[in-house]
Amino acid sequence: MTEQQPDPKKILFLNRRAPYGSSLPREALDAVLMASAFGQEITLVFLEDGVFQLKKQQDPSNIEMKNFSKTFGALALYGVESVYVEQRSMEKRGLTLDQLLIPAKIIQSSELGALLEEQDQVLSF
Amino acid sequence: MIFSLAIYGAPFSSQSSDTAYQFACALLEQGHSLHRVFFYHDGVYNGSTLATPPQDERNIPASWSQLAEQHGLDLVICVAAGLRRGMLDATESDRWEKPSHNLEQGFTLSGLGQLIEATMVSDRMITFGN
Repeated sequence: MTEQQPDPKKILFLNRRAPYGSSLPREALDAVLMASAFGQEITLVFLEDGVFQLKKQQDPSNIEMKNFSKTFGALALYGVESVYVEQRSMEKRGLTLDQLLIPAKIIQSSELGALLEEQDQVLSF
Repeated sequence: MIFSLAIYGAPFSSQSSDTAYQFACALLEQGHSLHRVFFYHDGVYNGSTLATPPQDERNIPASWSQLAEQHGLDLVICVAAGLRRGMLDATESDRWEKPSHNLEQGFTLSGLGQLIEATMVSDRMITFGN
């Protein structure tokens, strides 16, 4: 089917959940990959327990889950490089940037409003 | 204004789909257009024709189906999320050799691309979480 694609939109994906308590984080990542396949301008924000999604060395095999975090490593290949983690969420959970799977920028919660304002759409997970 | 909705909550469990349904009715009443309703995560259960709530309670899948018929809505259930959770149309039921199918009239199974396309062409994409 040939369908004329509209101009790329700036789409921000807001990720707030720990990676394995719910399937929503995995489903969110599927949506991110689909949006990148559509050539959209993508930004990812991780806050609250969502910051755990990016933690290195995940191994959910004991709870019979697939380690979908490996896919984050492929995001750069799909042109998804705008990745933010919220500062207080990281600090409260004792996480530092060097413990994350992919390069991310720290963002203050006070700066989030401006980042959201820049977007055409926000998809919240 | 063109709206699309993304729904992640299961009917009768979460307020999500009730709120989304009321929001959809309100925006249509006010003359806006609804490009697509995309059911993802546990929201896929909103398309089950087998939902059988007590007769004095609202029937959410039936309500969506009626609204779709009145307004020509595009109600899309994510096929990957739906198959995992046992939401099948006749084609998928045959393909996977299942004994039955359960998609309410007015719903279709389609890919995640429908969520992104809706995000691209709508002025507002509203998420109803779970």
